[in-house]
Amino acid sequence: MVQKISFVLNGKKTNVEIDPAQTLLWVIRNHFGLTGTKYGCGTGFCGACTVIIDNEAVRSCTLPVGDIAGKKVMTIEGLAKNGELHPVQKAFIDHDALQCGFCTPGMIMNAAALLTKNPKPSKQEIIEGMEDNLCRCGAHVRIIQAIETAATSLKGGKK
Amino acid sequence: MKGKTNKRIMEPSSSKRRSVLQRRDFLKYLGGGILIVFTPLGACKNISEPAQVSNALPADFNAFLHISQDGTVTCFTGKIEMGQGPITALAQMMADELDVAYENVKMVMGDTDLCPWDGGTWGSTSIREFGPEMRKAAAEAREVLLQLASEQLKVPVTQLEINEGVVNDKNDKSKTVTYGDLAKGKKIEKHLTGSPKLKSSSEFKIIGKPYKRADSILKVTGEAKYSGDIKLPGMLFARIVRPPSYGAKLLSADTSEAEKIAGIQVVRDNDLVALLHENRDKVDEAIVKVKATFEEVKIDVTDKTVIDHYLKTAKKSDIINNKGDIAAGEKLSEKIVESEFYDGYVAHSPIEPHTAAAMIEGDKITVWASAQTPFLVRDAIMEKLNITADKVRVIIPFVGGGFGGKGDNPQAVEAARITKLTGKPVMVAWTREEEFFYDTLRPAGLNRVRSGIDKDGRITFWDFSVYCAGDRGSDTIYDVPHQKTTAYDQGENDPQVHPFAIGPWRAPGNSNNTHAREMQICLMAAKTGMDPLEFRLKNLKDEKMITVLKSLAEKFGYTPAKGPSGRGYGIACGTDVDTWVAVMAEVKVDKKTGHIQVVRVSCSQDMGMCVNPQGTLLQIEGCVTMGLGYTLTEELIFEGTKMITRNFDTYEIPRFSWVPEIDAVILDRMDQPPHGGGEPAIICMGGAIASAVFDATGAVVYHMPMTPERVLEALKKV
Repeated sequence: MVQKISFVLNGKKTNVEIDPAQTLLWVIRNHFGLTGTKYGCGTGFCGACTVIIDNEAVRSCTLPVGDIAGKKVMTIEGLAKNGELHPVQKAFIDHDALQCGFCTPGMIMNAAALLTKNPKPSKQEIIEGMEDNLCRCGAHVRIIQAIETAATSLKGGKK
Repeated sequence: MKGKTNKRIMEPSSSKRRSVLQRRDFLKYLGGGILIVFTPLGACKNISEPAQVSNALPADFNAFLHISQDGTVTCFTGKIEMGQGPITALAQMMADELDVAYENVKMVMGDTDLCPWDGGTWGSTSIREFGPEMRKAAAEAREVLLQLASEQLKVPVTQLEINEGVVNDKNDKSKTVTYGDLAKGKKIEKHLTGSPKLKSSSEFKIIGKPYKRADSILKVTGEAKYSGDIKLPGMLFARIVRPPSYGAKLLSADTSEAEKIAGIQVVRDNDLVALLHENRDKVDEAIVKVKATFEEVKIDVTDKTVIDHYLKTAKKSDIINNKGDIAAGEKLSEKIVESEFYDGYVAHSPIEPHTAAAMIEGDKITVWASAQTPFLVRDAIMEKLNITADKVRVIIPFVGGGFGGKGDNPQAVEAARITKLTGKPVMVAWTREEEFFYDTLRPAGLNRVRSGIDKDGRITFWDFSVYCAGDRGSDTIYDVPHQKTTAYDQGENDPQVHPFAIGPWRAPGNSNNTHAREMQICLMAAKTGMDPLEFRLKNLKDEKMITVLKSLAEKFGYTPAKGPSGRGYGIACGTDVDTWVAVMAEVKVDKKTGHIQVVRVSCSQDMGMCVNPQGTLLQIEGCVTMGLGYTLTEELIFEGTKMITRNFDTYEIPRFSWVPEIDAVILDRMDQPPHGGGEPAIICMGGAIASAVFDATGAVVYHMPMTPERVLEALKKV
């Protein structure tokens, strides 16, 4: 049952001996202790568990860890580079784009993947791209503004 | 705008703070310095009798701020941070009153071993009740420090000034000493007795200025710890055998199939049957293999029939307001409007489900819980396990949203029970399905309103009833000579009335009552042929509300027109937690599909002193956005005691594409005490949007949420 699975986690090559049917979310959280990725609904509806796999935003709560063999997985903990926050993280701070903060890592990962694919999104494209990430506190207006700011900052080459 | 992070301690792993902290230990933990002990009377208003009895903290050791030898100020509060920002605003209040830099204030929140007793973080009490008492403690500390400085510098107190924790002689700036130096080598414990002189608003340097959230850096990096992020050595994940319907009694549980999964442990204790595994996936896999039987409670009611059910079961009625004579008012009326407004059951659905980690060391249990009420959680554990307060420590890390739903915390008791039974650290983290099932719901409601208008457009009488949803916000607010308010079955947990547990949901009762009152006002204005704002102003005597409405109209750019004007403008106003609030909304209604799009929303608030205008804006935006949910989509589907709605696929909470442009006016009332900020704006959302739909189309949707089906139904009657 246990298999060796190799993948890249936050830029580091990683091997793990594990049942490949286990959920990526719980492996990230409990095996690797990276608790920034959250459980919100367990069925992929809310997006609190969003991570980036090979540049795609993916819901980790419904993904078996076996599926990520050979892939690059990035969690919220791996987003800052050399001690400097990612422009989306910075913009979330600048815009106060959060309240309880529980959906925030998923929001940021989804937004970062969105900007990788579409560096110049219109407001409408941001809304559509973020539509399936849920926030209960109502930080939506500020999240949209933060992503617009991050897009501008990325265009300016400030990575 | 200031944006630096104030320091905060709440890491659970610090071993020195795991021990039982008694008075002596606490003083030792602080390591000298100046301690101010006070009793936050305002914050204790909500103490219930049983809680007072079980409150084991000595009366003289109830609440504190501490100034350490390095000048750091620590504020201890039983309040918790669930997103609404007391971590920032309380630090602002402390820093300003004490004359220290905001960045120098460290917040210790929601730890029952370290913090003063507190009734819980709800009802917008953090700033309006705890805040002013905390300012008194800070003012007292400032007086102590001035006295010490006067002795050390040999300068009279009146000749001293303070700037960011540094005291100096006004006449000779070389004579200077810091708070840290004054606290050095001292162990001063000062009890707050009288009412020290507080700063006037003209002296504020930090209160009233916009400060960004103190916790964002932790929250954008994933470093912020919530209860589910607590990792304890050897910790096991627990899943509990759950009933299929509310109130069902467990008869038997066959766990043999589940136990075939390697590593599964079973815990049985009367009504509690739990499976444990070191791996969350394995325990999730095992729990579905348990074959359990239950004795279920049958009750003949569904979400479709709940209002009829109320009318049959509601027994007790309280007349909570009676002025004049309704019959006399009727005689004065030219027109009478009679309406019934309905609301469904609504869930809190914070993105973080109820979660708790627990461990036992010797005979002391420590629990980390996603709860709004650390001390009530402690009391519940004490009661269930029959242990004393010194044997339980509850720590509340960051909470991933509460909205009233985390005042009730069975998960914390479950975790404490299981750790006591097994001796092992455990994590009880509810699934989303458990969260919907065990949520203490906002009750469905019925409002009946009968009211009259005379030929001049004045309200003659007002007969208002609320059924089973609570009377908060049922005040008439308008100047009406003959008025009566009746509340039926005040939202008690009566299984005959409510098939599920109910509880406070952000501004409990007020959203229902404000919706009913304000929609009735909208209909009355239309009947008289008056603009709904002018109709309100004509019938209001309350100067505060008049000012709030006028400032709102200016912000929104409102021009008078008789409704329905076709513009899609709606208005609602009301009061909550001592704050006067009004909202205007603009909507577009698709008459083919019944879809409502809210285009923009403006809000005006008289909330007394606004400690953090930035935090207040966030709360207004949050209320407006969250309020779209109960107004447009949120409704739980159930059959008897069976909850059908169990996840976000069928329970639609607001999404990005729904969100309107939002702006706000916060009236300048810095000379007044602070009132609530976390709840008021949400009360107006139902009424503002329903009246905007009427203004757009002439359709009256009496039933919340205003789903496309209900809008189409209402459009047919236009």
